[in-house]
Parts: sequence; structure tokens; C-alpha cells
Amino acid sequence: MTDVHNTVARVFRAEWGQVVATLIRITGDWDLAEECASEAFAAALQRWPSDGVPRKPGAWLTTTARNRATDRLRREAVGVAKMREAAVMYDEPEDDFPDERLRLMFTCCHPALALDAQVALTLRTLAGLTTAEIAKAFLVPEATMAKRLTRAKGKIRNACIPYRVPPAHLLPERTPGVLAVVYLLFNEGYTAVVRQNLTEEAVHLGRVLVQLMPDEPEAVGLLALMLMHHARREARIGTDGAMVTLEEQDRARWDGTLITEGVDLLDGALRRGQAGPYQIQAAIAACHVTAVRPEDTDWPQIAALYGQLVRHVPSPVVRLNQAVAVGMAYGPAVGLHLVDQLTGLAGYHLLPATRADLLRRMSRFEEAAAEYRTALEMATSESDRKYLHRRLTEVSKTG
Amino acid sequence: MKYMLMICADEETGAAHANDGCEGWSEEMLERGVLVGGGGLRPPMDATTVRVRDQQVLLTDGPFAESKEQIGGYCLIECADLDEAIEIAAKHPAAGYGTIEIRPML
Repeated sequence: MTDVHNTVARVFRAEWGQVVATLIRITGDWDLAEECASEAFAAALQRWPSDGVPRKPGAWLTTTARNRATDRLRREAVGVAKMREAAVMYDEPEDDFPDERLRLMFTCCHPALALDAQVALTLRTLAGLTTAEIAKAFLVPEATMAKRLTRAKGKIRNACIPYRVPPAHLLPERTPGVLAVVYLLFNEGYTAVVRQNLTEEAVHLGRVLVQLMPDEPEAVGLLALMLMHHARREARIGTDGAMVTLEEQDRARWDGTLITEGVDLLDGALRRGQAGPYQIQAAIAACHVTAVRPEDTDWPQIAALYGQLVRHVPSPVVRLNQAVAVGMAYGPAVGLHLVDQLTGLAGYHLLPATRADLLRRMSRFEEAAAEYRTALEMATSESDRKYLHRRLTEVSKTG
Repeated sequence: MKYMLMICADEETGAAHANDGCEGWSEEMLERGVLVGGGGLRPPMDATTVRVRDQQVLLTDGPFAESKEQIGGYCLIECADLDEAIEIAAKHPAAGYGTIEIRPML
């Protein structure tokens, strides 16, 4: 009994997006697709314990969902047109549904939708999270999230956003949007410990993307990047709930399997010679996770990679990270000099926090303490605050 | 699918481009069979706003709202989907100095 439940849970994770994507293609109705997919999974829970798990669970679920949709459309049919729709559906092949998830992904991440709507739609339709779960992950009331999803689906329908993978000439401008949504999910889960399930979902979606776009090196780069960050999940939060810096993490607790997978993926992607921002960030992450001890880290290489990254993403946050890497490679004074030239980071707690760390390394403890205090006033995440507090106490004692 | 493209610009920029024409855009779109109608508008200072309340016709001299951005023209297009509408709007010369709002028609 429990075994079948576990199987259904596993199949849910693997097949939900595919079932919904196929049902949207067949019916053109997003709500109907989700409802019928839910009903199909409910039917599986009811029938598989006695009938056994079908040979192709995905095809069974899709067929069941499609039959539900046909029934519903029949019942609601107001004219011949609807009946014809239903009739067409019976002509679909029974057993072998093509993978429609990529078109679902591109439609969810259409740039005519607001970013928060793209994220919510992706989680609902592709990952199968409930509206309540998504609302909880983004700290908004469930009603707000429900409205956001309804509005997004309404716009897709009313403005006629096409349900397709964009043609080749549009792919270069559309693909980064899809990757950005997945990476945003990952970061949402990564910065807040309580939302780790988002990290898992993002990695899952990253795997799906690589499977569907094997020739897109940036998709591979993104998956590699997420795997290498994810590999450190156990070590990055201390027993007291405070963030543990890379330097201080217990490297024995890093997940070697994920690291190997990430590094292999990255090597494969880089061989194509089309390095983009995700591959470069993955290369930086690889420098960190392949160093046996912190002092083995190849900081000059990381600083050089940040130099490349700045050319793709010339944002002040990337420049700040570049300054940190330069500080590690060539001394805190050089890093501090770069930090002092940055603009556009007002109110960002990592600016004073970075200055503080550099000053601490230069033994300028009083100035460091002042910067830690400023950073504490700005930091919102509890684990960040705990880290800053600890450093502040340290430099106050030393100074 | 029918869409209306509403061409907006701030008043000064709009006035500066009032007599530009469409640099061949209309011809291209007519030939493609996607342009159904449209035209340029005289500036908002020539506008009159009408409301009827309690059987009284109320007139205001000027546009809907006094805002910096004003509609300077519109086009009705009929095309496959939003992606094609975006492509058509992006090709319009006014997209280069103003903003084009794409509204699906009921």
C-alpha cells in the first residue's frame, strides 16, 4: 500500500508536467488540463494498489486525464464545435505521447507575462506545486497567489500567447528568460533555509531543460551551477542556523556525487566554446568545490572568471563579487580599492559586509566593526544576521 | 486574432514625429495582409471628451487624462498570435521613440 503511494509520489514528480503539458496542447484550456491531471493522479492512487502500476505510468496518466477531459467537454458541450474537439481527441495515439514540457516551459516564461507570474505558472503547471505551496514559498497570501495564476492564464488565453517552443530566430532572446526563471527559483530556495523545496524543484526543472535542450550549453551550465551550489547545502548552515562561509564550511559534508556530476556537465558544455554567464558562474563554483582545502582555492582563476562574467553581466553585484575574488587573489587592499569604486549598491547589505571582511583581513578592526554594524542594519535573512553578529563580536574583542 | 496597437509618446516627441509617416511599415504590413486599419491622430489639445450623466451631455476640452504620454495614433492588425503582434509592433518606427501598447480585441 505504502509502496504504491511512494510510486505515485515519484511518478507525480516525474510526470505531472508532462501530463499537464499534453492536456493543454490537446484541450487548449489550462484550468481543465490541471484539473484533469489532478483527477488522473487521484485515480492512480485508487486503482494502482489493486490493478498494479501500469507499464508506462506516464502514458496511463495522460490517457486517463485525456478521457476525463473528453467527458467534461462532452458534458459541457454547447455546440457541434466542442463535440468535434472531443472527437479529435480520440484520434490521438494511445501509448506514445510526445514530450510537450518544453512548449509549456516557454509559454509559462513568455516575456509578455510579469516575472512573478512566470515563476508561479512554472511551479504550478510544470512542477505541480499547489497554489497554497507556491504562496507559502513566496510569503504571500494564498488568495493573492491564486489571483496571480488566474490573471496569467487569462492573459495567455485572451492575448493569444502561442503555446509553442519559439521558432529558431526567437530562441536566442527567449531562452535566457526560461533559464532566469529556473535560477530565480533556485536562489529563492537557497537564500531562505525554510524554502529548500524550491531549490529541489529548480534542480528538477534544470534537469528537464537539459534533457529537452541538450544542445543549449547555457542550460547545461545552469544545471551544473545549481548542482555545485546544491552540493554544499548541508554545510552552508551551521547548527546555530547561521550562514557558514565557504572558507569555514566542513568540506567533508559536501555532496561529492553532485560535484562530480556538475563538473562533468560543465566540461561538456564548455567544450562547445560558447561560454555564457551560467557556464562562467558554474566554472567559478567549480573552482570552489574542487578545492580540497580553502587555501587550495585558485583565486587568480576565479578573479579572471569574474572579469569574463562582468563582460556578460555588468551589474554592480557581479563587480562586488569580482572585488572579493581580487581581494582573495591579490590582497584585501586591492579588493577594497575596487569596492570603493563601486556605485549603485546603496542599501545592499553585502556592500558593507564585504568592506567589513576586507578591513578585518587588513586588521583594521574598528573600521570593520562599524561596517558590520551598518550591514546588520540592512540584512534581513536570519542566517546572514547571525553571521554578521558573530564577526562583529570577533572584531570588537580583537580591536 | 485581432489586436489594436496604440502608439504613445510624450507630447513633445509625438509632435516632433507627427508628420513622419510610417517609413514603409504600412505598405509592408498591408502587403502581408495583417494591417486592417488605423491612422495618426491630431494632438491632445484638439481633443474633446464626452460624458453623459443624468441625461446631460458633459464636455471637457482635452484628452481622457492629462498625462505626459498621449496616444498619437493607432493601428488595427489581424495576425496569428501575440508573438506575431509583438514582431509587427516592434517594426513600427514609433516603437523607436515612443511606446506601443498591444491590446487584444474582444
